[in-house]
Amino acid sequence: MATSELSSPRAAADRRPGRPPAFRSGGPRRVARIAGRLGAGVSWLVVVLGAAAIVLPFLWMLGVGFRTSGDLYADPARLWPDQWTLHGVRAVLDQLPFTRLIVNTFVFAGGTTILLLLFDSMTAFALARLRFRGQNALFVLILATLMVPFQVTLVPVFLTIYHFGWLNSYQGLIIPRATSALGIFLLRQFFRQLPRELDEAARIDGANDFTVYWRIILPNAKPILATLFIIQFAALWNDFLWPLVISSQTQMQTLPAALTLFSSQSGVDHSALMAGAAISLTPLAIAFLLLQRYFVQGVATTGIK
Amino acid sequence: MTSLNPSSGAPRRRPRRRFNSAYLFVAPSVVLIAVFIAEPILQSAWMSLHDWTIGSADNPFTGLANYRSLWQDSRFWNALRVTAIYTAAVTVGQVGLGLAIASRLRRTTWYSSLLRTAYFFPFVASLVVVGIVWKFLLDPQVGLIDAWLGDLGVSNPPQWLQSTSLALPTVIVVGIWKNVGFTMIVLLAGMQQVPADLYEAAMLDGAGPWRRFTAVTLPALRPALLFTTLIATITGLQLFDLVFAMTGGGPVFSTESVVMYLYQKGFVEFQMGYASAIAWVLFIIILAVSAVQLRVARNRDGD
Repeated sequence: MATSELSSPRAAADRRPGRPPAFRSGGPRRVARIAGRLGAGVSWLVVVLGAAAIVLPFLWMLGVGFRTSGDLYADPARLWPDQWTLHGVRAVLDQLPFTRLIVNTFVFAGGTTILLLLFDSMTAFALARLRFRGQNALFVLILATLMVPFQVTLVPVFLTIYHFGWLNSYQGLIIPRATSALGIFLLRQFFRQLPRELDEAARIDGANDFTVYWRIILPNAKPILATLFIIQFAALWNDFLWPLVISSQTQMQTLPAALTLFSSQSGVDHSALMAGAAISLTPLAIAFLLLQRYFVQGVATTGIK
Repeated sequence: MTSLNPSSGAPRRRPRRRFNSAYLFVAPSVVLIAVFIAEPILQSAWMSLHDWTIGSADNPFTGLANYRSLWQDSRFWNALRVTAIYTAAVTVGQVGLGLAIASRLRRTTWYSSLLRTAYFFPFVASLVVVGIVWKFLLDPQVGLIDAWLGDLGVSNPPQWLQSTSLALPTVIVVGIWKNVGFTMIVLLAGMQQVPADLYEAAMLDGAGPWRRFTAVTLPALRPALLFTTLIATITGLQLFDLVFAMTGGGPVFSTESVVMYLYQKGFVEFQMGYASAIAWVLFIIILAVSAVQLRVARNRDGD
């Protein structure tokens, strides 16, 4: 990025003399140009086929979800069902406590995300805007925990949850995940970029710390909060290992864990499974198609997957 | 906040000293980090030095015995090998293909936006849904792939996930399939920050498309490439969901990753001490690999 200042004057200087771009009609050059066009055509074809290969499994999932298993066994080579039926949807509602699973997943992903954004933004506000003893030590501690993979803490946290009697409960699923070092870090960086004059003007008008946080900082951070909300909600909606470990009872499971355990039963009803998979994908798919911009921003800035 | 001011009570030593409300702001996160992140990190290290099994009467301190057993545990070495192959292949595939696709879809037109959306779409699907769909897509009885291969005249289509030699490569392809859009998006964001006059200057200097790519695009993308490589490596080393959903680690451990083995030891056999030791070895490997990648990137920057 630093090279841009260096080379732009040169670009301007080069533009003025106007180098003639015209001597490009010789034989070998023409061959090279045709080869280039051909290469570009082939690479476009590959990119389009690649995109088809990305979409195809999702179409197949939909197709299987809306046909009967008998139809699938009879002609597995057909992508799309001959006759659409709701057999799969009915079967998955029948064979799993499916509405309960949807509610669980919403409560886990939504509840955790809301608490996490609240707690992370409060801490980030204190780190970015207030002064207190141990401030730097706390920030260093948060950065240090950022490096430790989740699997290291999984075993002891599981034991803690077990001792609290929180296995198979919403609080067990939500509370331990209700803050994140990455969220604190990203929000702190964002809050530091907001102009100090905002706080100072409010304080002259008699605002205390809480008012500054709630009335000044949070409203100015709406874009990053929206981005973090979407990315974090999606990550938790799709989370697998954590809910798998915390909830062993089907009644308290989330969609990814329940569907995976369901899929590994022998003789599983394929159309029920794929209908369940399609339904579990629907909320995020709709959000993605409507709010793709936020997903793109979230990915580019946070790297949360 | 004033009600919490201790000086409003009995006049003590320092009457002007007010309670700092910053502590209230950090309190929830600090408590959660202390109880659910910081303390567990230390406890995990401590547990890895014990023969710690749930349900047994006592959990004796055994020093480094768990680590010594790991060193001799061929199933653990196999898991390391599987994880290393997966991580290397998926990182190279995901970053390489992501770069190729991003440079093709760099210009914003209606069709390139559509293709970007298609490539990015698997990002919102969970790894386990992706794993389940692919598992049955590749199924010899009901799967589309083998059925199509059969229609094309392949008499004995491969048993993808049932074969010890093909299962891991298949999981790798699905891993790349899932993540290539993520890399593409990050690299596209990087490409859009390259100033357009750099390309104009290069074109006026007579640089062709390939030369413009290597001399302008690639150097400007270095931070984004480092970022995607690091993320791909770290998540690759933590491989779990995809394997759990697709193969369960089989056939014959041919796709059993380190975290898969950790889960098996910790949450199926309840050998928490041994599982903690596995987690610490994984942590150190992740730290070491990330440090090497950052080092290499910094040395390159020095050129």
